[in-house]
Amino acid sequence: MQYDLVISRLVKEFGTFRAVDDVSFEVPKGSFFSILGPSGCGKTTLLRMIAGFEEQTSGRIEISGQDMRGVTPNRRPVNLVFQHLALFPMMNVAENIAFGLRRRKVPAAEIRRRTEEMLERVGLPGYGAKRIHQLSGGQKQRVAIARCLVLDPKLLLLDEPLGALDLKLREQMKVELKKLQAKVGTTFIYITHDQSEALVMSDTVAVMNRGRFEQVGSPQELYMDPQTPFVAGFVGDNNRWEGTVEEVEGETVLIRTDEALVFRARRKADAHKGPATLFLRPEAMVIDPVGTDGLNTFPAVVKAILFDGANSRLLTVTPSGHELLAALPQNRAFDHIRPGAEITLGWHPHSGIVFARREERP
Amino acid sequence: MKKKLVFALLALFCLAGVAQAQETLKLLTWKGYAPQNLVDKFEKETGIKVEVTYSNNEEMIAKLRATRGAGFDLAQPSQDRIASVQEQFGIYQPIDYTKIQSDLFIPSMLEAVKKNTQVGGKSYAVPFCWGTSGLVVNTAQAGGTTSWKALIDPQYKGRISYRLKRPVLIGLGFALGYDPFALYGDEKAYGEMLDKIEAELIKAKPLVKNYWANGDQLLESVRSGEVTVAEGWDNGGWKLHEENKDIDFVAPSEGALGWIDTFAIPAKAKNVDAAYKWINFMLRPENSGAFTSAEKIPTASKGAGPFIDPAFQANFDRSFPQAVIDNIKWYPPVPAKLEAMEGKVLDRIKAAN
Amino acid sequence: MNRSGLFWLFLTPVLLWLFLLIVLPHVDLFILSFRTDEGWSLENYANFFTEPIYWLTFVRTAVYSIITTLLTLVVSLPVAFYITKLSRPRVRGFLMILLLLPFWVSELVRVYGWMILLRESGVLNYLFLQLGLLERPVEMLYNDATMIMGLVYTSMLFMVVPLVSVMESLDDSLVEAAYDLGASKICIWRTIIIPHCKPGITSGAIVVFMLVLGNYLTPNLMGGKNSLWFTEQIYNQFIASFNWNQGAAFGFLLLALSSCIVWVGLKLTGQKLGEVAS
Repeated sequence: MQYDLVISRLVKEFGTFRAVDDVSFEVPKGSFFSILGPSGCGKTTLLRMIAGFEEQTSGRIEISGQDMRGVTPNRRPVNLVFQHLALFPMMNVAENIAFGLRRRKVPAAEIRRRTEEMLERVGLPGYGAKRIHQLSGGQKQRVAIARCLVLDPKLLLLDEPLGALDLKLREQMKVELKKLQAKVGTTFIYITHDQSEALVMSDTVAVMNRGRFEQVGSPQELYMDPQTPFVAGFVGDNNRWEGTVEEVEGETVLIRTDEALVFRARRKADAHKGPATLFLRPEAMVIDPVGTDGLNTFPAVVKAILFDGANSRLLTVTPSGHELLAALPQNRAFDHIRPGAEITLGWHPHSGIVFARREERP
Repeated sequence: MKKKLVFALLALFCLAGVAQAQETLKLLTWKGYAPQNLVDKFEKETGIKVEVTYSNNEEMIAKLRATRGAGFDLAQPSQDRIASVQEQFGIYQPIDYTKIQSDLFIPSMLEAVKKNTQVGGKSYAVPFCWGTSGLVVNTAQAGGTTSWKALIDPQYKGRISYRLKRPVLIGLGFALGYDPFALYGDEKAYGEMLDKIEAELIKAKPLVKNYWANGDQLLESVRSGEVTVAEGWDNGGWKLHEENKDIDFVAPSEGALGWIDTFAIPAKAKNVDAAYKWINFMLRPENSGAFTSAEKIPTASKGAGPFIDPAFQANFDRSFPQAVIDNIKWYPPVPAKLEAMEGKVLDRIKAAN
Repeated sequence: MNRSGLFWLFLTPVLLWLFLLIVLPHVDLFILSFRTDEGWSLENYANFFTEPIYWLTFVRTAVYSIITTLLTLVVSLPVAFYITKLSRPRVRGFLMILLLLPFWVSELVRVYGWMILLRESGVLNYLFLQLGLLERPVEMLYNDATMIMGLVYTSMLFMVVPLVSVMESLDDSLVEAAYDLGASKICIWRTIIIPHCKPGITSGAIVVFMLVLGNYLTPNLMGGKNSLWFTEQIYNQFIASFNWNQGAAFGFLLLALSSCIVWVGLKLTGQKLGEVAS
């Protein structure tokens, strides 16, 4: 497989603070790679190092097989779509798109042709003469991307470019970006703190926390099979119990939660007898299960119904006051449930995963 | 409420008026002509507060012309710049010589000033002090220099400085064999002389270090050795002589240019009495003596001799033997037209490359 | 008294002030400029064009003012950029104070400071002699280059301040985006920073140009033997030649011609005065 980007043992320190801590990964040619993490996790620093705005403390960045150390941003075969887009207000749309080509001294006629082609490709034909302030948020977005893509970069870096858009437009742009990437075939590296953006668009997602990659994998892998408690908690919604592992039987453990419920659940590699954390997705819970064979069950009281169409949930509370979310399928079977109702919740031992509880690093 | 405000404002103006009521003398003069110790003494004696504004001939005239003779109680222009200005603009009032203690003055000087400042049968000034323009020379580098021609002499290349104003034109006129003062009445001849002087000064321009703009600048240039031959006032030369014996004032062989600074009362002076008081006060021998000792400017006061610092007398005697005094060319009143002509010549010299 | 009455009550002193102390003297001077000893005439204005020394002095003054303005701009751009974009906030305040500091003393003192430094027997010459860089002292004062340097120094603040305020509104990511898209540093200045700063540059340039054109002290004291400045010409007419009519005419010519130059400058750079002022 060909890699457009190979990062090995990359470290960036600001004074005594390690913003990026020994990160290594590869991005295959033509893929959509996302780096997902909370703000302050070091993802922007990582991106800026790839673009060339920051120099690494140690480690190596290779783009298409070439070491990038000492190469200035204007000479790297990568382009960056900025968080606030950074379109040049003193130029019109066409001039913005032509900016990079002009720097490369491309003949004027070709610049015009390629600019128009690019505008067409991003769905803005005939917009060349418009001023930047005349465009809507989504249109600006497309110009910002077009401005980079027209240069045929090896990598297109995107720094949370959807952050400034309203929700509806953001949903729409997610799909559009994904389609665009598929169409142009350029390798995209996309950083975001929004897990839904990462999951929807990416071929591969890296979850980053405190300067390190917690897990790299497909969106499905991250969701279904998180390798660390952080990933389990950060990617998608999860219910969480603290407890103690009492027995380990191969891939299954017996866990007693702090509120004295006893469950069987899937064991993650490092879980053993002792303090542990159990994660369970809301959609893994079955309300008032018909047959309870082989299921973990426990009683709960409905506190509120969180109606959100296909994504509706019940906010429930166990007798000892632990709040849990359970998916509420909209198939009319549960129309009778009202706040205050006492229900039984059941789940398959394979759906819950148990990690050894680690003292969180400060 | 509004009435109160108006009253308050009125009261404020009244107060300001009261504050102004202390008697003051507004004096428009040259730097050094109103030493602080004499001002203090005068205030103590008379209770009159003295407000001093420093200026020079040209600015004095401009200031008084702008207000048509108001704003000051007493001015000190040079005697040659009074008559024509008075004729044109009427900015002074005649002196009431009965209020002057004429026995304080050197009689010949008082008479000369009276004569030179006469307009329509009335005189407009009394003398205060006098001095000459000549050469300030660093004799170590430019020994034996005795002519105005030194200012256009190539051997002092880059070491020459003068003020681009009247005196250098007049001095050079004498050096070139003219008698500028005799030509005052003949505009055309005067113009021809100016053309000649202009040509000489432009030709010699590369020799000039700088055109000095004020006395301090001149003193500093000569003191530091940057300039060795300069046109300047005698008292400046004497001041430098005290610091460095090589530097001295030299009266040019063509004759030093003699000026007399005067007292003249502006047409719309408010406190004329105080003005006369100041004149009589300043001419008192002990006060004139103190002024002369400090500023090294000879006074028009008759009996000041015993009060003058012997060091000054030594300077004076060294630079002005009797023959040199006799050779001083005193500025006669200058006709207005000539000054405009000179102004243009000076502009052209400055602009020439 | 109603509200508008009160309004006029308070405004009257201001209007009187403006009228008595600003408008009236100008009207008076304007009338003066059309008079000669013989009566009404355009002679004073004609003199300017027929006597080469006058208009040559003006041309010289204007050309030097333009050069000074451009130099001030070239020097101020990096200074303003450093202050707004590169220095830390605390250092920034300190730097602004450093810039302001010379303006706490009068222009005369500043010019004398330069003279003490640069004169033949001055501080710099002494230093160079001691260091063996020079064999004999050289006169650094009294030439056009020194005069222009003095003028640039005097004017810099008036260029830096508007530049700092426009540069503060420049989004850093625009600069980075240009860099990322392949622009060199010079190209970034040309295509991004300067176009962004245009309003500040224009207002700074107008202020500096007018200040330099109207300066009197610096050219007079630091300039050489040939440094006749147009303001000196006006001064000479008023003070030395007693020719107020001519002086007034020169004053209005200076006003008109400098306004023309500013107007041409705005046209050439495609700006409008209203945009600059806002």
